[in-house]
Amino acid sequence: MCGIVGLLVKTPALRERLGELMVPMLIGMTERGPDSAGLAVFGQPLPEGERKLSLYSGLTEDGADFNWLGLSHELKSHLGVNTQVEAKGNHAVLRFGLAPEVVKRWIKEHYPKLHILSTGRSIDLYKDIGTPAEVAARYGFSGLKGSHLVGHTRMATESAVTPDRAHPFTAGEDFCLVHNGSLSNPNGIRRMLEPRGIRFETDNDTEAACRFLEWRLREGDDLETALQRGFEELDGFYTFLMGTPDKLALIRDPFACKPAVVAETDDYVAIASEFRSLAHLPGVKHAHVFEPAPEEMYVWNA
Amino acid sequence: MERLTFDLATTSLRELNTFLHTDAKAGKVEAVTVVNPDGAHNIAVGLDCPINVEVIGHAGYYAGGMNKSATITITGSAGTGVGENMMSGTVHVKGFASNGAGASAQGGLLVIEGDAGLRCGISLKGGNIVVGGSVGSFSAFMAQAGTMVICGDAGDALGDSLYEAVLYVKGSVKSLGADAQFEPMTDADIATVAGLLDKAGLDHDPKAFKRIASQRSLYHWNADANQEY
Repeated sequence: MCGIVGLLVKTPALRERLGELMVPMLIGMTERGPDSAGLAVFGQPLPEGERKLSLYSGLTEDGADFNWLGLSHELKSHLGVNTQVEAKGNHAVLRFGLAPEVVKRWIKEHYPKLHILSTGRSIDLYKDIGTPAEVAARYGFSGLKGSHLVGHTRMATESAVTPDRAHPFTAGEDFCLVHNGSLSNPNGIRRMLEPRGIRFETDNDTEAACRFLEWRLREGDDLETALQRGFEELDGFYTFLMGTPDKLALIRDPFACKPAVVAETDDYVAIASEFRSLAHLPGVKHAHVFEPAPEEMYVWNA
Repeated sequence: MERLTFDLATTSLRELNTFLHTDAKAGKVEAVTVVNPDGAHNIAVGLDCPINVEVIGHAGYYAGGMNKSATITITGSAGTGVGENMMSGTVHVKGFASNGAGASAQGGLLVIEGDAGLRCGISLKGGNIVVGGSVGSFSAFMAQAGTMVICGDAGDALGDSLYEAVLYVKGSVKSLGADAQFEPMTDADIATVAGLLDKAGLDHDPKAFKRIASQRSLYHWNADANQEY
């Protein structure tokens, strides 16, 4: 069991309140996922030549005392790149104007235990072990701003409870996926992708779905085509919620084994595994509430 | 008539259900209103007295499950397993219902005015289900006894491995499951559909429904079937 939440605000004024509206949604899914939580938030993209990485130092020896400014100085002296760091405890967003592969390769070489959570121009990503309320407080989720976000509460079934196996998973740039369910062919997907040069970071089944769909997008599929390929190739139980810089997308397996409910108003689209995570939203009593059908694609534009 | 209101924003679900199991059963009130259900699970489960319960809003999983004698109305939608294993009485959902609605119901009437999700009426054991909208795939799977009236369409594999339950569908059926077949409507069938539509408060022409029942070809082991059904 796991919990999924997603929120996309249509009214620009609500972007300031994105995190505040979402935190009760995430906490509402605690019974479905008490062991880890995370979210990806999408905001105004950086200029063309810039990128940002979300980094997690909880797996390094220094943990929350990681020297983020030191990392920034080292990147300057080794790669000659200026970086801006916004750090909070074991988490930091690193912003720079260089090809992200160069920076990521250097980090993996020199700080192999520093976990790269996400890469892109729009996405910031947070995930950790702990209850949703603990994780939300740890990273100040209620203050997050942006146009849309994808969140998850985890009750692990397919791999261990560790921060890197929490959701959302990311692949490539500005793409993330959360999953409620379990896949039956993740190893087959891995064996298909690895010879194509796609590297995996965990043994988690969701990572296979995330890397598969991102691979299809990178190969030129549009989101709908990639999701259609997903229906054909990914076997098992799933409700997937995905985020891109301008879209939220939801699909459910043909047996609808895992739940999802949507509430839509003129101001927002909110998605959750269960209605109890939507009940607090403003105007929800008059929202259009519906259950997404199995094997259908639901895509909302930010 | 004495009516009591429980606000689940300020009162625990356990307090509500305990009241329904004890004081309500002792006849202290005739009706209970539940406000701010906010998707809570297990609202008004296991009732065992002829009380009226009205839930204003959306209910979570298993609402009205195991109901006996009570009349439970949900003005919003209902989550997974609404009216699951009910014995008698009525559970009436004004909105839509999620998967497994009325699963293994032994008696009583479940009304869903909107659509029902997948596996509606799975393993039905004698209850009656009326769905104003459409039902998802695998509905009435292995249904043993009872009746389903579906005013909209049905998904894939309707009535797969059906026993003696009878299904009536007004709209289209995407596919029938193994051993389910269309049969002619008799006057008795039309009367059954008319009676259930009337009880559900839904207005449809009972003559417009098709009857689906079991071919009974799976009742006995057939060594010559070569595992092909």
